[in-house]
Amino acid sequence: MSSAVDPATAAVVKKPRKARGAMRRLVSDPLGALGLGLIVVTVLAALAAGLLPHDPVKLNPMVRFAAPGAEHWLGTDNLGRDLFTRMLYGARIALVISIGATVASLLVGLLFGVLAGFGPRWLDSILLLLMDAMKSVPTVMLALVLITWTGPSLWAVVLVVVLVNGPTYARIVRTQVLALRNAEFIEAERALGAGFLRVASLHVVPNIIGPLLILAAMDIPIVVGIEAGLSFLGLGVRPPTPSWGTILFDGFSYIRDSIWMVVAGGLPIVITALGFTFLGEALRDTFDPKLAKR
Amino acid sequence: MLSYLARRILLSVAVVLTVIAALFAMMHAIPGDAVRTALGPRASEAMVEAYRVKMGLDQPVLVQIWRFFSTILQGDLGSDAISGVPVARIILAQLPDTLYLVAGAMVVAVVPGIWLGVMSATHRGSLFDRVTSVLSVSVMAVPSFVIAIYLLLIFAIHLSWFPAIGAGEGFADRLHRLVLPSVALGLAWIGYIARILRASMLEVMGENHIRTARAFGLSERRIMFDYVLRIALLPTITVLGMGIGQMLSGAVFAEIVFGRPGIGKLVYDSIAARNYPIVVGTLLVTTGFFVLVNLIADLLIAFLDPRVRNVVSR
Repeated sequence: MSSAVDPATAAVVKKPRKARGAMRRLVSDPLGALGLGLIVVTVLAALAAGLLPHDPVKLNPMVRFAAPGAEHWLGTDNLGRDLFTRMLYGARIALVISIGATVASLLVGLLFGVLAGFGPRWLDSILLLLMDAMKSVPTVMLALVLITWTGPSLWAVVLVVVLVNGPTYARIVRTQVLALRNAEFIEAERALGAGFLRVASLHVVPNIIGPLLILAAMDIPIVVGIEAGLSFLGLGVRPPTPSWGTILFDGFSYIRDSIWMVVAGGLPIVITALGFTFLGEALRDTFDPKLAKR
Repeated sequence: MLSYLARRILLSVAVVLTVIAALFAMMHAIPGDAVRTALGPRASEAMVEAYRVKMGLDQPVLVQIWRFFSTILQGDLGSDAISGVPVARIILAQLPDTLYLVAGAMVVAVVPGIWLGVMSATHRGSLFDRVTSVLSVSVMAVPSFVIAIYLLLIFAIHLSWFPAIGAGEGFADRLHRLVLPSVALGLAWIGYIARILRASMLEVMGENHIRTARAFGLSERRIMFDYVLRIALLPTITVLGMGIGQMLSGAVFAEIVFGRPGIGKLVYDSIAARNYPIVVGTLLVTTGFFVLVNLIADLLIAFLDPRVRNVVSR
């Protein structure tokens, strides 16, 4: 009986073990484990934000610039708001924006990459030129100009991220599609009458999604930086909503009065950025050693 | 070689033209009436019409596109919405301060970056190599404005080693005030340079001609400096090209935190005042600069690297 296992079933049975092995390898890399730990801390912080007794936006002028203590674990800011609470709420914004914007960039990158790779030559040339043009505008300038027009908002931040990272992903997808396009199994599928959508979604995307996800994970610190940076400049999240960037800007404005605002705004940015970077490096080394040479 | 040069230059021109076209499309896609935004809500109908004619907005779209391109390509970036001074002149006045900052950041990035890259490649797998690798990715991950604020807090406010704000007067004072912003802007690039140099050195060290040089009994030092580093430095040039372009606009954070003048500060102030011509003009100038620096980097590599030179001349 056991020798007659259907190959498809065998693959399904085998998969979890393979994933578990990879997970163990990932965590056995000290840097990967540290990265994962830092991300878990950030996620827990975002989840726990609602459990805290303080309101993140309620003003309390009686306790401005309080030092950390039993009541306010990280002290209070220039308006008497509890910094620990604001820091945890900031984690929500940072995670939602960075992951949401990265997913959006991936989708845009996949769409345009597949279009350029599969499409006619002229479309490929036009898309390539557009991607090159996007990459030629310095990130910060692109963000500043765009937001001058759209006005500051979370959507504007997402748009900036998509415009900055989308073309990079599209280029990678395009290269992979061009390499796959004439592969025998794709030709066979086409000969069987499969349409463009079927080939793209069933064969091309699954073949390139792995390395793409690893790259995206490594880009998350950049996205966290874009959100915080734009909020710092007053062009992203609007006050009084707590974002690490706005907390940091308040801290910068009152840097001679209290250091705790700068700590509450800056430290979580450092923690999250390092967490995703370390995890991304470990992921890459574990799953795709070929990428490590890049 | 010549056809490579021509193709590379043509591509740069096409990229710049595409950016200008995208800008034009964006300006026309602005929700609401640009004229009313510029003049404010209390402008009379006659004023709006006069402004429209003055800006050429009453012309057909094709004529507008032609004018947009031709004025920009002549170096005319329009005039300041408030003072009426030509935008190009305002930007040129602010550019030197930002260029000093970028130059300072380059020094901060290049010297330790190359040293760390060489040391970790020659001591591959050692503790030094591993620590450098972790530190490299760490400084690359942390945004420059966070570094800038912590530098300000520690070295300017608590230790008082450096003045907190301003660009300073006289050479020594200017240099002194350039230190912290340069470190903030350049720190991440130490990591980029160290990483790329280590990788490219390891690649070159594995090549046959290096093995041959060893077999001939050349000293290790001679092999490293005369044979490995000469080729391995080339990818670093590409990174530096990218770096200069990104720093030019990334300088906005260092300029705000350290209260320095410069084009970053100029754009930041212009956004608050809704002074569009300056914002658009600065985008064009920094993009042009970015494209130019990358072009120079690519051409430099084609010129310096015999492998690229031979491949492209074939």
